[in-house]
Amino acid sequence: MQALYAQLLVGLINGSFYALLSLGLAVIFGMLNIINFAHGALYMMGAFVAYFLLNLFNIGYWPALIIAPVVVGIFGMILERTMLKWLSGLDHLYGLLLTFGLALIIQGVFQNFFGSSGLPYSIPDELKGGTNLGFMYLPIYRGWVVVFSLAVCLLTWYLIERTRLGANLRAATENPTLVRAFGINVPRMITLTYGLGVGLAALAGVLSAPINQVRPLMGANVIIVVFAVVVIGGMGSIMGSIVTGFALGVIEGLTKYFYPEASNTVVFVLMVLVLLVKPTGLTGRAA
Amino acid sequence: MTAITDDSIQATPRAVHDEMIAFGIMTVLLVIVPFSGIYPFFVMQALCFALLACAFNLLIGYGGLLSFGHAMFLGTGGYITAHALKVWGVSPELGIVAGTAAAAALGVITGLVAIRRQGIYFAMITLALSQLLYFIYLQTPFTHGEDGIQGIPQGYLFGFLNLSNATVLYYVILAGFLFGFLVIFRTINSPFGEVLKAIRENEPRAISLGYKTDQYKLLAFILSGTLAGLAGALKVFVAQNASLTDVEVDMSGLIVLMTLVGGLGTVFGPVVGAFIIVGMQQYLSGLGQWVTVIQGTVFVVCVLTFRRGIIGEIAHYLRRSL
Amino acid sequence: MKNAISALLLGTALALSAGSVAFAQTLDKTVKIGALSDQSGLYADLGGPGSTLAAQMAVEDSGLTAKGWKIDIISGDHLNKPDVGANIARQWFDVDKVDVIVDVPNSGVALAVSNVVKEKNGILLDSGAGSSDLTNAQCTPNTIHWSYDTYTLAHGTGTALAKAGGDSWFFLTADYAFGAALERDTTAAVQAAGGKVIGGVKHPLGTSDFSSFLLQAQASKAKIIGLANAGADTTTAIKQAAEFGITTGGQKLAALLLFITDVNSLGLNTAQGLNFTETFYWDMNDQTRAFGKRFQARMKNHNMPTMVHAGVYASLMHYFKALEALGGNPHDGAKVVAKMKEIPTDDPLFGKGSIEPNGRTIHPAYLFEVKKPSESKGPWDYYKLVATIPASEAFTPLDKSTCPLLKK
Repeated sequence: MQALYAQLLVGLINGSFYALLSLGLAVIFGMLNIINFAHGALYMMGAFVAYFLLNLFNIGYWPALIIAPVVVGIFGMILERTMLKWLSGLDHLYGLLLTFGLALIIQGVFQNFFGSSGLPYSIPDELKGGTNLGFMYLPIYRGWVVVFSLAVCLLTWYLIERTRLGANLRAATENPTLVRAFGINVPRMITLTYGLGVGLAALAGVLSAPINQVRPLMGANVIIVVFAVVVIGGMGSIMGSIVTGFALGVIEGLTKYFYPEASNTVVFVLMVLVLLVKPTGLTGRAA
Repeated sequence: MTAITDDSIQATPRAVHDEMIAFGIMTVLLVIVPFSGIYPFFVMQALCFALLACAFNLLIGYGGLLSFGHAMFLGTGGYITAHALKVWGVSPELGIVAGTAAAAALGVITGLVAIRRQGIYFAMITLALSQLLYFIYLQTPFTHGEDGIQGIPQGYLFGFLNLSNATVLYYVILAGFLFGFLVIFRTINSPFGEVLKAIRENEPRAISLGYKTDQYKLLAFILSGTLAGLAGALKVFVAQNASLTDVEVDMSGLIVLMTLVGGLGTVFGPVVGAFIIVGMQQYLSGLGQWVTVIQGTVFVVCVLTFRRGIIGEIAHYLRRSL
Repeated sequence: MKNAISALLLGTALALSAGSVAFAQTLDKTVKIGALSDQSGLYADLGGPGSTLAAQMAVEDSGLTAKGWKIDIISGDHLNKPDVGANIARQWFDVDKVDVIVDVPNSGVALAVSNVVKEKNGILLDSGAGSSDLTNAQCTPNTIHWSYDTYTLAHGTGTALAKAGGDSWFFLTADYAFGAALERDTTAAVQAAGGKVIGGVKHPLGTSDFSSFLLQAQASKAKIIGLANAGADTTTAIKQAAEFGITTGGQKLAALLLFITDVNSLGLNTAQGLNFTETFYWDMNDQTRAFGKRFQARMKNHNMPTMVHAGVYASLMHYFKALEALGGNPHDGAKVVAKMKEIPTDDPLFGKGSIEPNGRTIHPAYLFEVKKPSESKGPWDYYKLVATIPASEAFTPLDKSTCPLLKK
């Protein structure tokens, strides 16, 4: 029984990564109708920027939590301005293919310069150690991850769904012409939105740097699962992605306890089932 | 509906005539390869991928459905054929039949699931299904997981064609490729193909004309999957192994890349694209990971500026159907 | 017109005859070496570009180019995929006329390449892969296995730890040929030393999050958690084990395969106290130190050589000795390998040893412990020697080997 609780808690921790990553993806898809295949590569860049900040400029973990997302976010905005803009009138599948190609480029370049075995990044001193919860030993850092992700997710949801800026963003993507007529700079809104989504991915990267190896391919494995999360939760729904991310982490934890062999596949089975019954996802708006 | 293919060139009798001339040229070029000094294994590998890309193109270029999971057919065809040859000890032709039949069965099951949605959702479903299958293959003992099925015997096709001989093997693979290619060619230029194109252009209109579009799409999906499985089965003889590489997401991405580079919706585009991409992997392999960067760059450039692909651009320029 | 026809006939005849000459049994002084490794993935640091460098150093040190030999080195990236490795090997033999392939980490790839090498009558000098199957059930007359194998690791680390009180084990195994072989050999060693294996779990190659596996290991309450994996998998598992307080909870981690590059990436703080077996360390004696310093100066990332790199160097030096003894390169793999097995090995890196009939190179192995940060006097000063395992104990005894070549 203790093992079950332990796996559930680990699942919740993993779920917080899924939630944070899928949040970025959901923002980008919900607002821009782009399936950002490059999300995993950008997550990886966030972790690398944190590594560089520490090793080249002696900037530690806490400032990195803010600086890295901003740096990668700006990079994302440049990408959007230079490449994604050209595809705005075309079939959405082209956006998918473009970002797929971008992911290959980014990952390939990093692999060439940094190999694949991983760079060390240690847990900040304030968060080292752990507490014994009785059924398992919980590293403090992992507890921090859950709390921080939840906070960021809720903050982003609030920003987009409840503030004026968020309302402008949502309006700009639903009916650009009309919103332009109001004098709002729609292209800039779109670029900013992409930057926000990318920044969220980079933030997840910084969070993961102390516990996973900082390596060029760290995003490639997780990105497919995150896609599944976004699809299940609803391709445009922020809250849907957050809830599904955490829920999926927990479900995976449960599967690892009862039937470990299926733990990799359970996400995709769920995704297929949801797509069959309700293609816009559990809480998504109509496509 | 989807603007992913450019159909400014109509399928007229003259167009078919052009295509048949191009087919003749292609066949002649391929037949003389063993005498030309090019490494035959490279061409054989490229032919298998060319068949795979053509099968994929049938679905996207003529059916308008982007499948991001075609690797699952390649892998299934490969694994079943490899297992049949190595463990059940059947003769090569039965092995190929087994692999292709398995891919067809997979096509039926996954098609029934995937066809119900279109566009992005179809792509996502095929991606999910192929990942599902990847993890299943990873766990199942018969595939030997990361190590793959190795050392597969080549044997004698039909009892007398010695597949260990590189030249004989080459012509067998070529025959397989031409057979698959002709099936696709015939399908495109048939009433079934015309309905598919109509569905791609405007599905509601096709439905209003009384066509059961889901059935057509399902049939196209199954056909595409079966031929992809045939490609996988043939590849087993060339590489003498079957491994997880063939079912990974990267492979699905590679298939899309080949077709994109060659020209989506053209008849010969996927063949050219396959040769280019396989050639790049083979002859640039000394560059290590830069190959991935180059592939990514090609993807990006193609999507941004070169959407018709090589054959597509040539066809557009010559105003002929290729 | 007549001249053109005869020219055409002559040309065709020449072309046909040139094409039919496959392996000339005449001796010549050309050698082509292929360094097949994982250049960019999980094992790029323990093999990779370092192996190509080690090969170059071997060519330079052999002095053969000064004696008129023409020796080329090409390198390839097998991407940790058996089919890619096999295809590269096949092409190297068919098109590039490679004679010998070196390095090849990743046991799945090594076994596939070994098959191809046997088919093409080439040579495989493998110092990267670990599976003892290469000299047991899957041995061939064309393959020699250098540096280490799972038996060495199992009997070095496994026996030592089991005898020292670690009598209950839980395995974290990488799900491929090497992981399975390592787990199998270590289980045998532990049981022979009186211990028990109380459980295990398999993880996919390249896992980034070991939390659920580590939880299971913790719950098993085994005294020793054996990591039957390599490269980044091992270092990630060690890093995360520290996070989950595994060692503070009383359990010990046994990294069954660890390289100096892994210790470097973990840092002494995390890695201190780890026990493991290796067959080469740059700081053992003057000769190894000289090699290490030369290697480090030329490596782009200034890493010290691992036992894999040392194996590439040593195996090629021995190969050149055999070629000189034969008076030239007959381009016949089995013949050269047979000659290599006749000559005892003696090189500055591994010392004196020999090659068994099943293709296994024999030399002493060493049980090391990672120094505490306070004990280390400088960069790359990481190991202290705990015990030396004599050659006779470090590798599968011939009478226990399942190699079909041995059955006469």
